[in-house]
Formats: sequence, structure tokens, C-alpha cells
Amino acid sequence: MNTINDRSREIGPFVSGVDDDMLICRCEEITKGEIRKAVHEGMWTMTEIRRYLRTGMGLCQGQTCAKLVKGIVARELGISPAELEPAASRVPMRPIEMRIFANETEGGQDYE
Amino acid sequence: MKRYDLIIVGAGPAGLSAAIAAAKKGLNVVVFDENEKPGGQLFKQIHKFFGSKEHRAKVRGFVIGSQLLEEADEAGVQVQLNATVIGLYQDKEIVVRIGAEVRHYKGDAIIIATGAAENMVTFPGWTLPGVIGAGAAQTMMNLHGVLPGKKVLMLGSGNVGLVVSFQLLQCGCEVVALVDAAPRVGGYGVHAAKVARTGVPFYLSHTIVAAEGENCVTGVTIAEVDSNFQFITGTEKHFDVDTICLAVGLSPMSQLLKMAGCAMEDNPKRGGQAPICDEYGRTSIPGIIAAGDVSGIEEASSAMIEGRMAGVVAAEYLGYMEKEELDTELASLNQALDGLRQGMFAPKNRGQAIEKTEEGIAVSANLLKNGYVADDEVERFPGITHRSGIHPVIECTQNIPCNPCQDACPKGCISIGSNITSLPIAVEGPECINCGMCVASCSGQAIFLVDEDCGDGTATVTIPYEFLPLPEAGTKGDALGRNGKKVCDAEVVSVKSVKAYDKTNLLTMRIPKEFAMKARFFTL
Repeated sequence: MNTINDRSREIGPFVSGVDDDMLICRCEEITKGEIRKAVHEGMWTMTEIRRYLRTGMGLCQGQTCAKLVKGIVARELGISPAELEPAASRVPMRPIEMRIFANETEGGQDYE
Repeated sequence: MKRYDLIIVGAGPAGLSAAIAAAKKGLNVVVFDENEKPGGQLFKQIHKFFGSKEHRAKVRGFVIGSQLLEEADEAGVQVQLNATVIGLYQDKEIVVRIGAEVRHYKGDAIIIATGAAENMVTFPGWTLPGVIGAGAAQTMMNLHGVLPGKKVLMLGSGNVGLVVSFQLLQCGCEVVALVDAAPRVGGYGVHAAKVARTGVPFYLSHTIVAAEGENCVTGVTIAEVDSNFQFITGTEKHFDVDTICLAVGLSPMSQLLKMAGCAMEDNPKRGGQAPICDEYGRTSIPGIIAAGDVSGIEEASSAMIEGRMAGVVAAEYLGYMEKEELDTELASLNQALDGLRQGMFAPKNRGQAIEKTEEGIAVSANLLKNGYVADDEVERFPGITHRSGIHPVIECTQNIPCNPCQDACPKGCISIGSNITSLPIAVEGPECINCGMCVASCSGQAIFLVDEDCGDGTATVTIPYEFLPLPEAGTKGDALGRNGKKVCDAEVVSVKSVKAYDKTNLLTMRIPKEFAMKARFFTL
């Protein structure tokens, strides 16, 4: 994976497409057009896209859309999706209610 | 903090196999799984598996699941269900949500066997209710007894798309079309053929233009694509459907490994983000091992072997076995895994167009394009012979790692030989006793017992039949050809269901003798 992200490259202007209003991230209701535009606004990494648009930050945590978003961003940048580093994986891996997340039993309690 | 020798995440085929292997070496093992039932995808798999005896071939997936659970229980493995692992921290600390609590555990070794998630494709209307993953359809049908829909279009001709299409048919759904953007059927030809012969049309080099409907799916339009996957105008076809199933590949659920700091790579050949690991699943972090689909998409049979490898690797890592012992066990497991990775569908052949079988026979072009071997192609394969009296006709035309038919015949009428991917040969000489074991043992439902000339102008064809209700003897209906189109009238002679057939019923139909080599399915 290329760790250098050359931001001086010219990727051309944003050109609107016929399917720009198609939903990609269902949880956060982000469209293809919004993702493509974000790339032209300077969001060139998956982490930036995520923070800028909240794609993949909803209930499914990107389980459905991560690959789709990556494909759209890569296409816009004219690179292979494999060249884009995915966003960080963080705890909690699955959606969890705050009251449960806060209810830590540090150990001791064994289940049988 | 509670400590275990080995913590396994995922109680699917890989995770359970790993747990069994490790527990047998004396490790204290716990398996966490977020689902309420163990077995991963195994309990949805109602079809018979491929492979050889050591791969549990011709056993149905859900039975393998039960066997694994039993073995795990005997080995003293603790399987904790409804336990969602939400984090994997430094020093192999695992955070699990169980009930309304978050608990921390420490594993001296960790095996990640979290499997994979289904890919999605986008098209206008893809978010409408009624567009579902093929895995979701399987969950609804085979775990919960819920019909996903009445009229279904399947996108994807890999083994998942083919197997789920067949299961939808078994459930009583109408599968209006099997569609794939690729120019060739991706899955096993035998899986395709059993779907095609029921009358499901295949549309290769086609994909979905749009799903239609206001509040849910009411229809779908597909169109042909060119070699650059661009739609060709004027090729649109419309179907009224209430369900669109997507079977467009899987991606490893590798986030826990990434979170733990394992070196990762994005490799399309492995299905996406996967850990960089050695051939036994050892990741870049000592003591963290990956097994099954999370380390690269394959299938359940290889996942089980990878799991056993990971289990013994963990045992050796923790000092429960010597290096020499490990090497011996890995060598035999390697051999078993290698057996599964042979043939036309081997990982190394992925994406390649193969024109000839290992035997040098031209593969059926029609099978790859339309899902069935054409009548004028079938004769060139070694499983198809003609003789008087009842004899097996083996329509297995691709080199796949599978050989139960060879052992099934008590008379030795079928031979594959020592090379598991060789095409089965109908052996000259031994007399077929019409026991039907070959028909029932073929996981691909590709063996038929044919009496080409009964002496009265008729022929009989015995087909594997896994649909309910079973027709009674004397029932009159239509005989369908390999392409699913009617070839002639047929009358059911008998339907045999014995325990040894393991729920594959043998339907024998009588037809005019000129159709003996054409009629391959019965319908009312």
C-alpha cells in the first residue's frame, strides 16, 4: 500500500453524474454525488471522507458501504481501491448502547 | 481479568475446528460468537458438501455443523454465544459485550475466525425493501423458515448465487432469472446445471439497470453489458419480481485484526482487507492467528482445515506440543487443504478462462454461458456412455475436488482414480445394480441412472429430486431437458427415499426412448 498521498496531483473538476443522487451510505444517508464532491473538495483519504461526511459511521459501521465508498473515491482519484488505506478500525466494533459500554466488569466475574 | 490459554472469535467452521484442535492438545479454550446460534454459516447450508471423505464430502452443511458442535463439547470447549467481541487491544486483551455488560478477557493466544460479510452493488433502487443479500435469503429460509419473496431475481452466478437459487426453488419461490455481469458462470457447473434444468434462465454478461417500485421492489430491469461492463442500449429486459438477491462476493471481516495492529493488505484476490499471514494463519503479531474467510475468501471445507491448522499452531506457540509434532500435523493438514485447492476453481485459477479439462476435453461452452451442458456437448465426457440395461450417466464435466461417487458404487461402476479432480469415468464391465447410491451421493446432483431402451419403446431415467411434495408413482407430467425446457411427456415410475440417500429422493420417470439422453428433470 502506498503510504505517500501526493496531493499536488490534478484530478480535474467535479463533473456531475446521472446517478449522483443514489444513496451509498444508507445509515447516514450520504449520496454518491456528495462523496464524489468531497474528493474534489480535498478529501483524499478514507479517514477524511469519513470525518467530513460521516459515511460508515452509522449503525452498520460501514459493513455495507465501506467497500462502495472506497470504490467511488478511488475512481474519482483515478487509482485502484487497493491503494486507498481503509479508515481506522476502532472499539466498539459493533454498535452498542452507551449504558452497556459504560458498564465494564474489569474481570473477576466469570460466566459459567 | 479472566485469562484463557486461547480465545477464539467466531464459532463458525474455522473457529470451531480451531477450538477442537487446540482443546485436544490440552488448551483451555473459549469461543465467543455474536450470534445466538453457533456454526456460522454452516447451519444455513442444506446442500451436500463437495470434497473427499476427509473433507466430510456428501454430508450436508448443517449436519457438519452439528458434528463440530458435538466434537467441541466433547473436547471441553466453552462456546459463549450472544457474546459480541467489540475490541482487541494490546497484549491480547479482548473486550466482549455479554448481555448488558462489557467484559475484559485475556488470551495467551488469539484466533480470529470472524468470517466474511456480503458485498453489495449499487443501482437505482438498490435501497428499496426487497433487495437483499443472498446470505440474508438463506438465513430467512433455512434458519427462520421465512419465505424471502415469491418471485426472485438472483444477481451473481458464483456458488453462493447458484446454491441459494436452488434453495429458493426448493422453498417454492420462482427464480425468474440468474444474472451475472461476468461472461461466464462463476460457480461449479454442476450447481448451475441443477438450477438450469428446473427452467431458470441464465443471463451472463448482464447486470441490473434498476430496481423498480415506490415502497418496495415490484420489478427489475437488466441489460447486457459489453467487455468494459457498459450497458448495451436496446438489450433491456424487464421482470416482475418482489425480491432481488445479491450474491456478488464476500469481504473478510478483518477489523479486529486491523485494530490489534496486525499488518494488513488490500488484496482483491483475498476479497479485500486481509491480514498478512503465513500459510498457517500466523499474523504479524506473535500469538494472533487468523483462520477461515477472514484470512481470504474461500469456502467452508477449507475453513475447517485452516481452523485445525490455527488450533495446533496456537498449541505449539503456547508450548502444548513440540515443534516436530506440529510439523507432522501441519503436513497432513496441508495435504488435505491442497486437495481442496485443486482443479478448475482452485484459487490460483481464479478469473482465468479454462478451455480444456485436465483430460484434454474441451469444456462445455454452453455450461459457462447458459448454465447447462448442451445435448451435443455432453457425449464427449467420460461419464457418459451407452449400453443396454440400467447404467449410470455421470454429467460431471469440470475438474473439481470431489469424489464421493467413486466410493458410493458397490460394484465399481464409477472411477475417479487417485487424482481427486479427475472427471468420473463410467467403467466398462461391472454390472449396475440400480441401487441409486451414486445418484444420492453426488453433491452436484449430476448422476442419473438411465435405461435407454426398456424394450417397449420407452426408457427410464432416474434423477435426484429434492423438492416437496414428492410426486406419487403414476403421476403424469413433463420431462424437462438440461435447459429446463419440456422435451416430452413423462410418467413417474417410482420415488425412492431411503435413509442412505440422506434426503435426496430418487425419482424414476418413464419417457419415450428417443429422449433418454435428453430428459433430466420432472415437473408437473
